[in-house]
Amino acid sequence: MGMTIAEKIIAAAAGVSEVKPGDIHTVELDRLMSNDGTTHLTIDMYNQLKNPQIADVNKLVWIVDHNVPCDSVKTAASHKKMRDFAKEHGITFYEGAGVCHQVMMENHVTSGELIFGADSHTCAYGAVGAFGTGVGCTDYLYAMVTGKSWLLVPETLKFNLTGKLNDGVYARDLILSIIGMIGANGANYMAMEFGGEGLKTLNMSDRIAICNLCVEAGAKTALMEVDEITLDYLKAHGREPKHCFQSDDDAVFAHVYDIDLSTIKPIVAKPHFVDSVVDAKECVGTHIDEAFLGSCNNGRIEDLRVGAKLIKGKKVHPLVRFLVVPASAEVYRQALSEGILDTFMEAGAIVMNPNCSVCWGSCQGVIGENEVLISTGTRNFKGRAGHKDSFVYLASAATVTASAIKGEIATADLV
Amino acid sequence: MGRIFKFNQDVDTDQIIASQYIIYPTIDEMKVHTFESLDADFASQVQPGDYVVASDNFGCGSSREQAPSVLKALGVKAVVAKSFARIFYRNAINIGLPVIVCKDLHDNVNAGDDMELSMKEGIVRVNGKEYECTKLPEYMQGILDQGGLIASLNK
Repeated sequence: MGMTIAEKIIAAAAGVSEVKPGDIHTVELDRLMSNDGTTHLTIDMYNQLKNPQIADVNKLVWIVDHNVPCDSVKTAASHKKMRDFAKEHGITFYEGAGVCHQVMMENHVTSGELIFGADSHTCAYGAVGAFGTGVGCTDYLYAMVTGKSWLLVPETLKFNLTGKLNDGVYARDLILSIIGMIGANGANYMAMEFGGEGLKTLNMSDRIAICNLCVEAGAKTALMEVDEITLDYLKAHGREPKHCFQSDDDAVFAHVYDIDLSTIKPIVAKPHFVDSVVDAKECVGTHIDEAFLGSCNNGRIEDLRVGAKLIKGKKVHPLVRFLVVPASAEVYRQALSEGILDTFMEAGAIVMNPNCSVCWGSCQGVIGENEVLISTGTRNFKGRAGHKDSFVYLASAATVTASAIKGEIATADLV
Repeated sequence: MGRIFKFNQDVDTDQIIASQYIIYPTIDEMKVHTFESLDADFASQVQPGDYVVASDNFGCGSSREQAPSVLKALGVKAVVAKSFARIFYRNAINIGLPVIVCKDLHDNVNAGDDMELSMKEGIVRVNGKEYECTKLPEYMQGILDQGGLIASLNK
């Protein structure tokens, strides 16, 4: 029987010729990413093991990105624990280089790999056809010590893309539309696979944005077919693919969705659920206090270019804080060289160093009681960006920038 | 026998333990903030042996293992929900917190009801009524039985 991309990657990692959904396999992992949200707890558990050891230190990548630079004495202690442990054991370590998933895409991930990340948005790696999945610190520790883990083979939902996104519509509008369509648990325990002619119209930044957000539909992983765009991206970053898997013609999918990209419109996800999506036009005029352009989902150079083009020669509304946070140091320097950061600062935006920022709600930029944020971040859960009684709307870089200019939710055509 | 603390659908891990607390040095320092945005009294009222009962997609969102860990640290005996989000479910099993899928329980019980759970039989008893639960796959029950994934490393 034919296999899907997810099934092929698991079969290869388990060293077997065939797997099927529902099977549980022991798999060899290619890479293990962890960040400062949980690594301090992983280290504590490691130190309590009877026989602490690291199976293959070359698989480990540790990234400080959630609270950078450190914002409190408690955080400083957690960071120090992580930094010292990484140094002692020779673990690849980044601090200040950017949001973990963007750093991983720029420096490590390749097609066909099986990767555990101690962060739910690890599914972003499917943009290059890698099986990335989010785990907690116990899972991470077990994999760190043994090099292996157990995986239940997921069913796969197939998204067959046709056509092309219209001008002013972005990959973020597409994935928010899909999450709205299938619901916040519509892909629970499943893999989401993307292919079709429409995929060829989406660049690597678009693909990362789409795969990254699939966990908001509950997905275990997201996977895209490897094509010329993938191989060009890997080549530009000095990497070779491990496997270039495609689903077989007779692979079995739990469901196949056909999506014509030209039908997608600008979307806003309303508080407090990512699947609470509406046509952006329905939110026009909604009061905002802060706007955020950044995150592993939408803080790449392509997103900053969209925002800069819109705001050039205009001003941020005087009652709005507009935070612009490039997803990585590489993105930051590219934006600097293109004059994009200058454009944002000229308009009155606050440009910050690469980090998770207000997307995760525990560092600079958090919002207060009853305040409203419009964001290119990953989530709009209750209290996600600060006070428990505050509100987050999710939208594209274009809608967020237009809103920052108008002082209320606005689409790009209104500025 | 334990009391029921009841929650609705799509309870995300930010509601279970908010971002500003997960970087605290220990689970014990975090646990007093459990469910702070949904039920500010939860952490002070829950007793060892009590249960969390929820609707669909419990534990969606972030992969923070602190979410099942604070519940376990407060003595929650099990979470019984119509369905669980994947990462929370896996994390809970890995740390030895029982997570039970029961489709009919949530709609038929109230907060504060006394409840009894027999993992072996796959049965929950509340107010004289029995509710059937979905049994865990053997592999996962094995992890739970040995006290979590780390216990197997220390054998």
